[in-house]
Amino acid sequence: MPDEPLVLGIETSCDETGVGIVRGHTLLADALASSVEQHARFGGVVPEVASRAHLEAIVPTMQRAFDDAGVTLADIDAIAVTSGPGLAGALLVGVAAAKGYALAAEKPLYGVNHLAAHVAVDTLEHGPLPEPAIAMLVSGGHSSLLLVDDLANGVTPLGATIDDAAGEAFDKVARLLGLGFPGGPVIDRRARAGDPAAIAFPRGLTASKDQAAHRFDFSFSGLKTAVARWVEARERDGEPVPVADVSASFQEAVCDVLTAKAIDACRANGVETLVIGGGVAANSRLRVLAEQRAEKHGIRVRVPRPALCTDNGAMVAALGSRLVAAGVAPSRLDLPADSAMSLTTVSVTE
Amino acid sequence: MLVLALDTATPASTAALVEVTADGLSGIAERRTVDPRAHGEKLAPEIAAALAEAGVRPADLGAIVAGLGPGPFTGLRVGLATAASMAHALGIPTYGVCSLDGLGRAAGPGRVLVATDARRREVYYATYLDGVRVDGPEVAKPAEVTGEFDRVAGEGGLKYGDLFGVPVEEHLLYPPGAALVALAAERIREAAPSEPLTPLYLRRPDAVEPTGRKTVLT
Ligand SMILES: [Zn+2]
Repeated sequence: MPDEPLVLGIETSCDETGVGIVRGHTLLADALASSVEQHARFGGVVPEVASRAHLEAIVPTMQRAFDDAGVTLADIDAIAVTSGPGLAGALLVGVAAAKGYALAAEKPLYGVNHLAAHVAVDTLEHGPLPEPAIAMLVSGGHSSLLLVDDLANGVTPLGATIDDAAGEAFDKVARLLGLGFPGGPVIDRRARAGDPAAIAFPRGLTASKDQAAHRFDFSFSGLKTAVARWVEARERDGEPVPVADVSASFQEAVCDVLTAKAIDACRANGVETLVIGGGVAANSRLRVLAEQRAEKHGIRVRVPRPALCTDNGAMVAALGSRLVAAGVAPSRLDLPADSAMSLTTVSVTE
Repeated sequence: MLVLALDTATPASTAALVEVTADGLSGIAERRTVDPRAHGEKLAPEIAAALAEAGVRPADLGAIVAGLGPGPFTGLRVGLATAASMAHALGIPTYGVCSLDGLGRAAGPGRVLVATDARRREVYYATYLDGVRVDGPEVAKPAEVTGEFDRVAGEGGLKYGDLFGVPVEEHLLYPPGAALVALAAERIREAAPSEPLTPLYLRRPDAVEPTGRKTVLT
């Protein structure tokens, strides 16, 4: 294998059909087809709708990636695919397609963990990741803190949400405010005109009594309910709902908890690098607050550009590239789609 | 021309290699696993095993024939994603056939009902006269299946045999690869344009639009 392997990555764990191509740490193509508009009227991703869209999109998206990168399948050194965690039926379309390409072109296949791929994608923008690092992954489907000692061989989960994911809280609050789906970008936008200190919303699992059992865990369900109560009380009293202030105050509560726990995880583990990934990492307030707080403790924050934070094929290719370079064994053709894949599994090697 | 046939519209994952010549077909290899939850794991190794058994490489394939269903969606998509990606990788055409037609054709002369398990106590079904579909495909409760037939094929026939009241073709439960290729043989010989592999879903996705939000105030 060359030092700078040419790796194809396929991502279908939720509603984005992504195909990325990287050479080493260089991004050559990041083709994406999204079914997000088909889910908007349901207020969340409908698994069967997503799976149908993946099947329609996978070959055209693959062709677009080859065209953008100016390479052919014959040039590729390995094919990586998200084999978990995610929506079972959606994952299966990507895994089946990856096997079809790997089998037909006689290329090695790597089934990889979606969350580890969210960490790896940052290398496409900022180069090799200094290890150990703390990774915070925040999206509509996950909210986790990980200790990354060696991304190719394993990560240590430190904590995760005990109820809603951070992005899920954004979606639910956006729905409550009548702002549509997905909630993250619109709340970020509306919050800019609001006062983040206007309403004191709760910060889940930050009380001292929670430190023993849930120091690095998150909880956003109570926050979501608190926002709903506040909004309904205003409506009941016949007063207008200040959407900008509610958005800003809600967003501040989420970002305050996320950044405080991420910095705490860095300090507790003597780690100087924090990498943030997942759709919520595209949130402008989260990026600013993480930067400010990290600076005080001499911690460097790495957040890829928003297009790389959300789900895409490039992140899968980036992790595949790392695995190939590290000499990790590929997966077998009976690779299963594992909707509940453990965080400790970076790639499936047996 | 060497043709790969794939079908995952029933609990069976089937991969078959068939040689199509100007005047006939000959089966080269066929692999099948029956497990309603394992299409994603079983199909690709079966293809690899069939190729190995025949002593050929993927690049030797000239076309791929895929069963479009109807069948349970998740498994069905495994076969179609695999067929489409392999064909794209190899630059060869794909041809879609109704999976029930594979059973109907294999069942031969007479009036035959083909019924496969659609879960939710329903069957996917179609009726055939001398191997040619005359009605369907449809999805319905077994008791609501109508039509003229004196035999039933497909594992839906086995499961609901009492309701249909006709003999069951117990050797014909899953679409045979050679029958699927036979259905596309003319298109293969004429080098017809590649076809998009659109599943025969027959059911819309289960999804409900949210109504007014529930109050959290007590
Ligand atoms: Zn994600």
